[in-house]
Amino acid sequence: MIGVEHYLTVGAILFVLGVLGIFLNRKNVIVILMAVELILLAVNLNLVAFSAFMQDLVGQVFAMLVLTVAAAEAAIGLAILVIYFRTRGSIAVDDINRMKG
Amino acid sequence: MIQAIAFYFFATIVVASAVMVVMARNPVHSVLWLILTFFNAAGLMVLVGAEFIAMLLVIVYVGAVAVLFLFVVMMLDIDLAAMRAGFSRNAPLGLLIAAVLLAELLLAVGAYSAGGLSLGSPDGAAVQAADKSNIEALGALLYGRYIALFEIAGIILLVAMIGAIVLTFQAPKPGARARQDVGKQTRRRPEDATVMKNPEIGQGVEL
Repeated sequence: MIGVEHYLTVGAILFVLGVLGIFLNRKNVIVILMAVELILLAVNLNLVAFSAFMQDLVGQVFAMLVLTVAAAEAAIGLAILVIYFRTRGSIAVDDINRMKG
Repeated sequence: MIQAIAFYFFATIVVASAVMVVMARNPVHSVLWLILTFFNAAGLMVLVGAEFIAMLLVIVYVGAVAVLFLFVVMMLDIDLAAMRAGFSRNAPLGLLIAAVLLAELLLAVGAYSAGGLSLGSPDGAAVQAADKSNIEALGALLYGRYIALFEIAGIILLVAMIGAIVLTFQAPKPGARARQDVGKQTRRRPEDATVMKNPEIGQGVEL
């Protein structure tokens, strides 16, 4: 029988994979952004699972807010990436601290 | 039984494609695996009756965010070999942190299944009525009790939109682009712009 624990397990695995992705692809900002999306997806999965488990829709309302923030974050992150690429010609994040304001 | 099969089906694909997002060599492949991940996570959410969030996931992520990622990946000319450098160097640290995180989460789940803490129960104000669909109940909640949250979400999206436009907007350099001068266009008369010629046969026209 599938319980809330199963959903929490999937969420935990997704979360860990997202964190792992950030550490493995330290040079590639695009994959880092995708890994952040994976982490937020894990959060949403947990919220929805608990919302169904507790018979309380507030979890889904909150999941919607998380989704909104994730979409906004992706848009802003990619915009920053585009202007960074325009000025430096690469997206290597190692020397991103040279931007200095 | 069918629910269990569906759950394991979706969960397996979610986890496997999340691994591929992280491991894929090409960022374009990563984006495509990300789309598969979100699609199957939406399946998982439909299984517990959260259709609205599932549809939102498909529309917002597969329809907008993933396409945005694809555009950016294809627009930027990326040196793939340089991107992969340091992958194996970072692997031990990454795996260590992943192991620590997984152990912590397993500890939390284990403690929860051993009884868990009691932090009270929902007050019943947001229970989904049996005769209402998920979207109906969520809409009533969103436009009623949580209207402030809903509007804040709208403001966040507006700020993100303006921010992205401000960041990427390039003002045209003066003189670099042909500009339209309406006064000059309306001052132009037919006699300035055209000439009548009646050349002899075989003579041609001097312009």
